[in-house]
Amino acid sequence: MAENKGILVYGELAGGKLASITTELLGCGRKLADDLKEDLSCLLVSDTVGEASKEAIAFGADRVYTVEDASLKQYQADSYMQVAEKLAKELSPRAILMGQTSIGRDLAPRLAFRLGVDLATDCLELSIDPEAKLLMRTRPVYGGNAQATFSSELMPQITTVRTKAMSPMERDDSRKGEVIPTKVEIDASKIRTKIVETIKEEVAGIKLEDAPVIVTGGRGVGGPEPFKTTLKELADILHGAVGATRPPADNGWVPSAMHIGLTGKIVAPDIYIAVAVSGASQHVAGCSGSKNIIAINKDPEANIFKEAKFGVVGKYEEVVPAFTNKLKEILAG
Amino acid sequence: MPINMIVCCKQVPDPEAPPAVFKVAGNKMTLPADVKPVISPYDENALEAALRIKEKTGGKITALSLGNKLVRDVIKKSLAVGADELILLEDEAFEESDSWSTAYALATAIKKIGQYDLIFCGRQAADWDAGQTGLGIAEILGIPAVSVARKVEVTDGKVRIEQVIPDGYEIVEVALPTLITVTSELGDLRYAALKGIMAAAKKQPTVWKPADIGLEPSQVGAAGRHSKLNKLFQPVKEAKCEIIEGDSPEEAGANLAVKLREAKLL
Ligand SMILES: Cc1cc2nc3c(=O)[nH]c(=O)nc-3n(C[C@H](O)[C@H](O)[C@H](O)COP(=O)(O)OP(=O)(O)OC[C@H]3O[C@@H](n4cnc5c(N)ncnc54)[C@H](O)[C@@H]3O)c2cc1C
Repeated sequence: MAENKGILVYGELAGGKLASITTELLGCGRKLADDLKEDLSCLLVSDTVGEASKEAIAFGADRVYTVEDASLKQYQADSYMQVAEKLAKELSPRAILMGQTSIGRDLAPRLAFRLGVDLATDCLELSIDPEAKLLMRTRPVYGGNAQATFSSELMPQITTVRTKAMSPMERDDSRKGEVIPTKVEIDASKIRTKIVETIKEEVAGIKLEDAPVIVTGGRGVGGPEPFKTTLKELADILHGAVGATRPPADNGWVPSAMHIGLTGKIVAPDIYIAVAVSGASQHVAGCSGSKNIIAINKDPEANIFKEAKFGVVGKYEEVVPAFTNKLKEILAG
Repeated sequence: MPINMIVCCKQVPDPEAPPAVFKVAGNKMTLPADVKPVISPYDENALEAALRIKEKTGGKITALSLGNKLVRDVIKKSLAVGADELILLEDEAFEESDSWSTAYALATAIKKIGQYDLIFCGRQAADWDAGQTGLGIAEILGIPAVSVARKVEVTDGKVRIEQVIPDGYEIVEVALPTLITVTSELGDLRYAALKGIMAAAKKQPTVWKPADIGLEPSQVGAAGRHSKLNKLFQPVKEAKCEIIEGDSPEEAGANLAVKLREAKLL
């Protein structure tokens, strides 16, 4: 068998452009490839890849493999797996990096088991062990109550990386690289699932992942109403977005798309205001990258105060409206 | 058509125990003895998905768990809520499994069970949070799989699944047999009725050792791993929270706004 060499980033597109997770993967993949003195490749799969392949080069890739097929417009495990398996075998990289996104979470385990190798999911840190040349992959475990570093001698070493954990390189459109259009015959008879309908639960306003300020409500807010009133008013004056812990999403108070944490969205705003949130490690996993966490909770012992920079102990019904009013006053100058 | 269902349930330390009780010692996670283990919460959601199908369509539910020294009161909850049978892959040799050796042993046991239409797993286990075992089992068995389901229904030999995607959900159809990983939006596991608890008390789980499913000890647990755990650790946090006071909660709220301005956060 050919020797495994190089790093392959499994890229994703968002609205025809390179997804931000892919620029992050290329940033960290570039460093790993340089440490190994090997190449960094990027695989892009869609119905049409377009300009995103040039973007991948500008963000660090030496080679971009583009696989285009009408049947690849929407992610489906059984079609995407055909591409991933074929390219993994043909390119025999040392490591494959994917995002810990809805696609990465679904595709990476299938690929690892199909190839009979190892996978480390949701990694926060990657480095090369200089002697063994193996990837040391650090990820949170026990809901974020600990971290573990894993390695494997099986190639390729498949890894998914948490969004916002890595920094992209500065975009440099003068970087040189090669785009390699690659044909993969998709065998439609192997696609066993059928997507009957896609339902978007659009959340109005600024996207959580991009918001500079997030006001998150926990189970302690008591129901769906405060998300539309108390919390929204606070978020609005700070030009922020409203988020939630998992219980409000599970209870149907808010759409699941608003749920932040280990199994929800990962956010890293400048200001994260946690209202009636206990600060369970699985929730903190999704917001610990925030620059400033502010907690409002009636329980002085709540774990969220261990994560926060500033806190107020009190019932949110009393604290938040006064906070909002004072902010209005201050911001009005 | 009665449906044969298998639900994989893992026993884990209570993931919602206060963060302070989680302590790493000698590359292992230790918790105080008074923190009781539980069935991993997403596996409970998976069990609930199976119970709803059993109610509506009829069928048989086999709960399957892998580990060592599994606490009977914990794992028999599956029987108490309505599973028909409980099979434990229980042996010292199964200790320290990773995603690979877990999925391999579970898939081998499922082949031995033989009859299955639907296999349910939680989307990830609450100890290692890897999220691989379910999809891995499907790969090994060569059956389709749909992940992060929030609703599952069976009609005319077909499964209809609501799969959570980043900004909404997809309705996916797939034929039997299939494997489904379940997420919390599906709903909490029901409480066991007294009758169920009493019936469960009388039932004994079937226990299989590696040899019972045709595996060598070298193929399971720590020996069968694909990954090496180099280090388990707890990063130190130095964050310190400044509590903003006031004569009333309202005043504290207003003082918080002033503080944010002073700290130049606004
Ligand atoms: C494998 C796994 C994955 C998970 N993934 C996630 C995830 O991605 N995201 C997530 O959020 N959770 C996740 N969880 C769940 C997590 O463990 C917690 O159960 C959850 O985060 C708790 O949400 P909460 O803080 O809103 O609720 P609670 O823990 O119930 O806390 C409510 C808080 O509100 C306070 N409160 C109540 N009333 C008031 C009031 N009037 N004024 C002020 N304060 C008040 C209380 O003091 C309390 O601290 C996961 C769990 C597991 C096992």
